[in-house]
Amino acid sequence: MTESAAVEVRNASVALGGRPVLRGIDLTVAPGDFVALMGANGSGKSTLVRAMVGLRPVIGGEVRLFGTPLDEYDAWSRIGYVPQRATAGSGVPASVWEVVAAGRLTRRRLLRPLSRADRAAIEDALEVVGLVDRRRDAVTNLSGGQQQRVLIARALAGEPELFFLDEPTAGVDLPNQQVLADTLARLKERGATIVLVAHELGPLAPLVDRAVVLRDGRVAYDGSALQDHEVHQPWFAEPHTHHHHHERPPSVSAPVGRDDQLPGGRR
Amino acid sequence: MTPLELFGEQFMQRALIAALLTGLAAPAIGTFLVQRRLALMGDGIGHVAVTGVALGLATGASPLWTAVLVAALGAVLIEVIRERGQTNGDVALALLFYGGLAGGLFISGLAGQSAAALNRYLFGSLTTLSRSDIVVTTVLAVAVVGLCVGLAPQLFAVAQDQEFARVAGLRVRAYNLLVAVLAAVSVTVAMRTVGLLLVSALMVVPVATAQQLTRSFRTTIVAAMALGALASVGGLVTATFASYEVTVAPGPTIVLLALACYAVAWPIGIWSRHRARLREPFPSGQAAPQHGACDEHPHAHGPGCGHLAVPHDDHVDYVHDGHRHAVHGGHYDEH
Repeated sequence: MTESAAVEVRNASVALGGRPVLRGIDLTVAPGDFVALMGANGSGKSTLVRAMVGLRPVIGGEVRLFGTPLDEYDAWSRIGYVPQRATAGSGVPASVWEVVAAGRLTRRRLLRPLSRADRAAIEDALEVVGLVDRRRDAVTNLSGGQQQRVLIARALAGEPELFFLDEPTAGVDLPNQQVLADTLARLKERGATIVLVAHELGPLAPLVDRAVVLRDGRVAYDGSALQDHEVHQPWFAEPHTHHHHHERPPSVSAPVGRDDQLPGGRR
Repeated sequence: MTPLELFGEQFMQRALIAALLTGLAAPAIGTFLVQRRLALMGDGIGHVAVTGVALGLATGASPLWTAVLVAALGAVLIEVIRERGQTNGDVALALLFYGGLAGGLFISGLAGQSAAALNRYLFGSLTTLSRSDIVVTTVLAVAVVGLCVGLAPQLFAVAQDQEFARVAGLRVRAYNLLVAVLAAVSVTVAMRTVGLLLVSALMVVPVATAQQLTRSFRTTIVAAMALGALASVGGLVTATFASYEVTVAPGPTIVLLALACYAVAWPIGIWSRHRARLREPFPSGQAAPQHGACDEHPHAHGPGCGHLAVPHDDHVDYVHDGHRHAVHGGHYDEH
C-alpha cells in the first residue's frame, strides 16, 4: 500500500443547527506536515478540526484518516486530540497526573492495570510539557497556560502520530506560549503530523510548514507559510508589520469580519 | 437487652452489613455523578424508584427488583433527556421526578397498601431486612463498587471530557448509560438503609466532604467511600444506642452524621485552600523594574520569623502589611 495521507478531506460540508458552516472543503495533510488552520472568528476553523476527528458529522463529502473513512476508522491510538480548554472544571478535583493518564486509554485494555510502558509514556508526556513537578496538583490550581499544557500532555500520553490542536494558544500568556512552541517543535522533530487551529501563531510561527486560511466556511488560502518569511514577517504576524496595505490595515486583533481582506488570496 | 446481646441478634447483623455496603456503594457512583455535575440525579432516580416499589408491593413481586427495574428505566430516560436537549432538560427531569413520586403514591393507594409498607422504603428500615434482602443487597452493592472501581479510568475520562473521550475511541454513550444504571442500582441498594427520600445524601455528601481536602480523583473516591461507610455504620450504631432512651430512626441519623462530617471538613478545606493560595510562588521575572530598597526596617526576616514566606524566582519574598520584602545585601528590596 502506498503511504496514504494522514488526513484527507474531500468536498466536505458541515452544518450546525441547519446552517451551513463549512462548504466544499478540500484539504490533504501529508504525514509529517505542520499545518495551521487560520481565519477569523466564525470562519469555521474549529468546526473543521472537529469534523476531522469525528465530533461533527459531515453532511456532504468525506473525511479520511490514514486512508480510512471516518465512519470505519478505529485506530484512535494514532490520533491525539487537544480540545479547546474548557472553562468550567469538573465537580471533583483531578490531579495533573490523572488527566494525563486518561490520554493513555487509547492503548489500554479494559480492567487492566497500568503497564510499565503506560507509566513511562505518561511520565514522558509530563516531562515534555515541563509539568513533572506539578503532577500531584489539582488541575484547577494551575494557570490557564499550564492547563493547556496538561491537555497537550494528555494527547501525548497515547503516543499518537497525528495531532489535532484546537486553539492551543488562546488565552495563554507569552512564556507559556513559548513552552508550547518548544513542545510542538519536539513533536515535529519526532516526525509527528500536526494540524493546529490558531487565531494568531505568535511563537509557533517558525514551526508552521503550511497555512490554510478559512473564510466564511471556505478555504481562502492554502499554501506555504514560510514562503514570505525570509523576506519579511509572514502575513499573519503582528499588525504593525503590515503597513503596506492601503486603507484599513488588517489586524489579527480586528473584530469578526474585519480581517477577511486577503488581496490576491493573501492578506 | 444489653447492647452486646442486641448486636448479636441476626437482624442487627444484617442491618450492619447492609449499612456498610450501602455506605461503600453510594459514594462510589456518587463521585462520578458529582464529577459530571449531576449531584441531584440520585434524587431524581429515588423519586422514580418510588413507583417501582409501589408496583412491587401492589403486584406482590419483590419491591427491590421492581424498584431496580423502574429506577434503571428512569435513569436511562433521564440520561437520554440530558443528552438530547440543553434547553428544557431540567424541566423534563422535574416532570419525571414528580411523576415518579406521585405515580408511586397513587399506585399504592389503588392497591390499598398501608402507608407503613411504603414508608419502609421512603424512609428506610434497616432492621426489617430479610435474609434474601441481604443477599440481593450484597450482590448489587458488590457489582456497583466493582464496576465503579474497575472501570474508573474509563468513567473518569468520560466524565472529565466527553469530547476527548470520544476521540480516544471510548464508547461515551455506553459509559454514560452505565453510570445511569449503576446510579439506579445503588439507589435501590440504599433505599432500605436511608430511604428513597434521603438516598441522594449518601451519594453526594461524602463526596462533597472528601473533596474539601483532596486534590486528586482517586483520593476523592476512596475517601468518599470511607466516609460513607463510616457515616452509615456509625449512624446505625448511634441510632441503636440512642434507641434505649428515645425513638431514633437509623436513616436520618446516618445522613445527619454524614452532614456533620461535612460541617467539620468545610472550614478545614477553606483554610487549606486559602493557605495554598497565599503560598503559591509569585510569577517569575516580574519584579517591578523600578523596585528599590524599602525604608528602614527594624525587623529581620528569616525562616520562622512569623511572616508569610513566598518563593519568588531564586529567593523568598516576605509578605506583611501589603509589602513584599526580599533580602538584598544588608537591606530589603520592595518586590
